[in-house]
Amino acid sequence: MNWDDWLEDIIVVVSFALLAWFIVHGARSDRWGRAFRRLGQDRIGIAAGVVIAIYLMLGALETIEIPSGVNGSRSVLDLFSGRVPAEETYSAPLASVSLSTRHPKPLKGWHLLGTDALGKDVLVQTLRACKTALIIGGVTSAIYIPIGALLGIVAGYCRGWIDQIIQYVYTVLYSIPEILLLIAILLAFQYTDVSLFGHAILSPGKSVPKIALALSVTAWITLCRLIRGETMRQTERAYVSAARAMGQSHWNIITQHLLPNVMHLVLISLVLGFSNLVITEAILSYLGVGSPIGTPSWGNMIDGARGELSRDPVVWWTLTSATMALFGLVLSLNIFGDSLRRAFDPRRG
Amino acid sequence: MSLQPLLDIRNLAIHFATETGTVEAVKGISLSLGKAETLAVVGESGSGKSVTGLALTRLLPEPPAVYSSGEILFHGHDVLKMKKEELRALRGARIAYIFQEPSTSLNPVFTIRSQIAEAIRLHRREVKDVDDEVAKHLDLVGIVDARKRMNDYPHQLSGGMQQRAMIAMALSCQPEILVADEPTTALDVTIQAQIIEQLIEIKQRLKMAIILITHNFGIVGDIADRVVVMFRGQIVEEGPTKRVLGNPQHAYTKALIECIPQIGQKRRRLTTIDHEALEAASTLKPVSTS
Repeated sequence: MNWDDWLEDIIVVVSFALLAWFIVHGARSDRWGRAFRRLGQDRIGIAAGVVIAIYLMLGALETIEIPSGVNGSRSVLDLFSGRVPAEETYSAPLASVSLSTRHPKPLKGWHLLGTDALGKDVLVQTLRACKTALIIGGVTSAIYIPIGALLGIVAGYCRGWIDQIIQYVYTVLYSIPEILLLIAILLAFQYTDVSLFGHAILSPGKSVPKIALALSVTAWITLCRLIRGETMRQTERAYVSAARAMGQSHWNIITQHLLPNVMHLVLISLVLGFSNLVITEAILSYLGVGSPIGTPSWGNMIDGARGELSRDPVVWWTLTSATMALFGLVLSLNIFGDSLRRAFDPRRG
Repeated sequence: MSLQPLLDIRNLAIHFATETGTVEAVKGISLSLGKAETLAVVGESGSGKSVTGLALTRLLPEPPAVYSSGEILFHGHDVLKMKKEELRALRGARIAYIFQEPSTSLNPVFTIRSQIAEAIRLHRREVKDVDDEVAKHLDLVGIVDARKRMNDYPHQLSGGMQQRAMIAMALSCQPEILVADEPTTALDVTIQAQIIEQLIEIKQRLKMAIILITHNFGIVGDIADRVVVMFRGQIVEEGPTKRVLGNPQHAYTKALIECIPQIGQKRRRLTTIDHEALEAASTLKPVSTS
């Protein structure tokens, strides 16, 4: 079994485990309990949270596979949308005939958001693309946030040669144009074949988790620089010396004292970075090194739709659906992130 | 007094090696502290008094700080030769600190309860009811309604209350020496008096040794048993508080005492220290009458 396949299952399991941990931890900790109560009063925040939950549900529905047919499996979402018939070519939203000036043919089914060049229902494609976006954003964040935050704090707190090494690494990476670096890494991944204990860890070809891996290589730099600066500022404050005078170890000071004080930056970076990651995926897909062909992704949809805008009559629905879906996710993430930050801010009475 | 003092500093010298040159902060000082004794270390900014205080548990960042000579004996063990783990067990648990700025000495994102509880959990594992212990210590430093106030965040407390919380945190680990590094400098005068009174009360109740580092001779008289005057990294005068305040021997001590403004004194300007005249007049030889 390829690692790409089980990675997706692991992500679902880990995400739900994390969620459970958050709830259990939140119930115990006074600080979290307070934050949750405040969040409960924030209606816009809740609305944004619900929207995010819907996106997550769609992603989960597309990820969970159930056996179907002989030796095959289909995702739950696929099963639901199975009744939507495929057409031959473009058709406008709610149209009854296909989009062709010469030979308009009657459609087999009813499509709320029309169909694309291959006759696939745009709504179904948009919904299925949630999974790709969430995997790109989620996996990349799960890799780069801990690395960036930890290295940033360590660099800002320890100074000296440790700081210099970390700075050197990210300055070198930063000096290479990001897109070129990403392309180089992804191309390298395409031809790499790594096996461990007989299992293929990296098999040649394109895949979504590979994009996430490549994006993590560049994404931590901005966070690391941000956290390093803030940590330097915080380290100057007396509570760090007080903690040291109290006999706290360096590790405790980093995790117990400095991390909570830079956490708001991590949270903001996570939310703002998420949308950036989804957009970068779109760019990479356009350049031909992104998602494999056939993978539903908003990036692929937007890139495919660019050419269609010059048709007459204009095929606008693919671009609009994908953009709106992306917009909805990014907006609700932003609002929710802001609510979270406010809920955890002790300075609010 | 027992033969072995609680703390014995012998010929301690500390310098800071920077890129632009070496700064000698402490130039071979010797002093000792007995059990339950209160020692005031007085001197102006840059006289090396804070550096000495921080050196007690090796809190100075090394580099740039270099301990070039001497020893700091705590119960007869040299702090300068201790391992990292031993130092961590020493800090907070046996020698605790209070710093100048109470507003930044407390971590802004945690309640004072969780901060004091953290200190107790770190050094006193045997304590079962941590909350009770926290409340007890907040009560000890004169915070009214401690059970309720301990759930406050630092920004919800006034400066004086923050400093009290800091003192409670330092006391919660039951240290043998409390190093108060300019504990009242950031506070206004009435609160200063309250904090000093609080320290006196604690000193009497807990029989703890206190090292009070200050530039202000005005607060020394009520609390200290002995005074050490530092000037440019050296001890210039040492003796019982009454004697030093009443009959200062060294020119610098006299100058410092004259700087305390007196009520009712008709003066247009406050007295300042003329360093050039001081250096010309004296050879900076230490005076000791203990």
